[in-house]
Amino acid sequence: MTPTSKKRVMMGFASMTLLFGIVLGIVLWGGFNWSLAMTNTEEFCISCHEMKDNVYEELQETVHFTNRTGVRATCPDCHVPKEWIYKVKRKIQASAELYHKMLGTIDTKEKFEDYRLTMALSEWKRMKANDSRECRNCHNYVSMDLEKQQSRGADQHDPHVWDAMDGKDPTKTCIDCHKGIAHHLPKGWEEAAKKAGL
Amino acid sequence: MKKVILTTVAGAVMMIQAPLAMSEDVASLRGGNNLDVEAQMFEKKKQVQVQGGIKRNWELQPPSIPHDIEKDRVSLQENTCMKCHSKANHEKEKAPEIGETHYKDREGKVLQKLSSRRYFCQQCHTPQADAPALVENTF
Repeated sequence: MTPTSKKRVMMGFASMTLLFGIVLGIVLWGGFNWSLAMTNTEEFCISCHEMKDNVYEELQETVHFTNRTGVRATCPDCHVPKEWIYKVKRKIQASAELYHKMLGTIDTKEKFEDYRLTMALSEWKRMKANDSRECRNCHNYVSMDLEKQQSRGADQHDPHVWDAMDGKDPTKTCIDCHKGIAHHLPKGWEEAAKKAGL
Repeated sequence: MKKVILTTVAGAVMMIQAPLAMSEDVASLRGGNNLDVEAQMFEKKKQVQVQGGIKRNWELQPPSIPHDIEKDRVSLQENTCMKCHSKANHEKEKAPEIGETHYKDREGKVLQKLSSRRYFCQQCHTPQADAPALVENTF
């Protein structure tokens, strides 16, 4: 073999590897993102009866499901972060939910009610820790028109709206007050939330 | 014998007539519509919202609810009215506190939490709509 032909073979091998790498990358990365997107739909969430018969039923009574202008929040809008890194983190945590699905931790109404407080507290903790990030995907202190709110709500929001306008961090986050707005509250939630500092 | 026949005939006539006459007079709250006809849509009434509450009509009347309660739920697990009206929260929420009788059981013993016999708020307290009375009364 002449040095040039050897070089040519090497080049061919390298470009084949590169091409294979690119294709594999597209398939794996695409598949990963595709499965992320697939599991991020309301349809997927309520494919389990635990979600469909309990929390999804409750959601349907609320303003987040039907309202005057027809804007609807679906499960992942509130329960899965939008930013990639937080989303992946939440997805990894969700593997525990698969384990409990297999164990049947909440597979009856009674079990669900018994476990509701634990689940609610963990969701409230998550919301509190990230400054109600998922609420703020749609709701924003700065965009609030206090004139259009009922006086009680307007009074409560007022100091925080001004803090936000001034670029300061509001002292309260959505979930501090707005617990149980899209789902029923667990029994004994008030004492438990106070104890957990929520 | 003649009397018997007469009463039978009279009875039969009445039995045929009575339902015919009654169907014109009877009208439920739903209206006098026949069941196979769609009922007339009622006019939607907004709930009365009164700053500072609705005045009582008599002493000891359970106060009416002067705000929307669409989002409130009272069940075995939760009572969202207590988010604002309980002893613990009413000051912070600037809402009227529920009466102290609500913390007593039927023996008069004072309880820490809302008594179970007062638990269902809307049994006594109701929101009001600005609408003419469905049934006339002279109260």
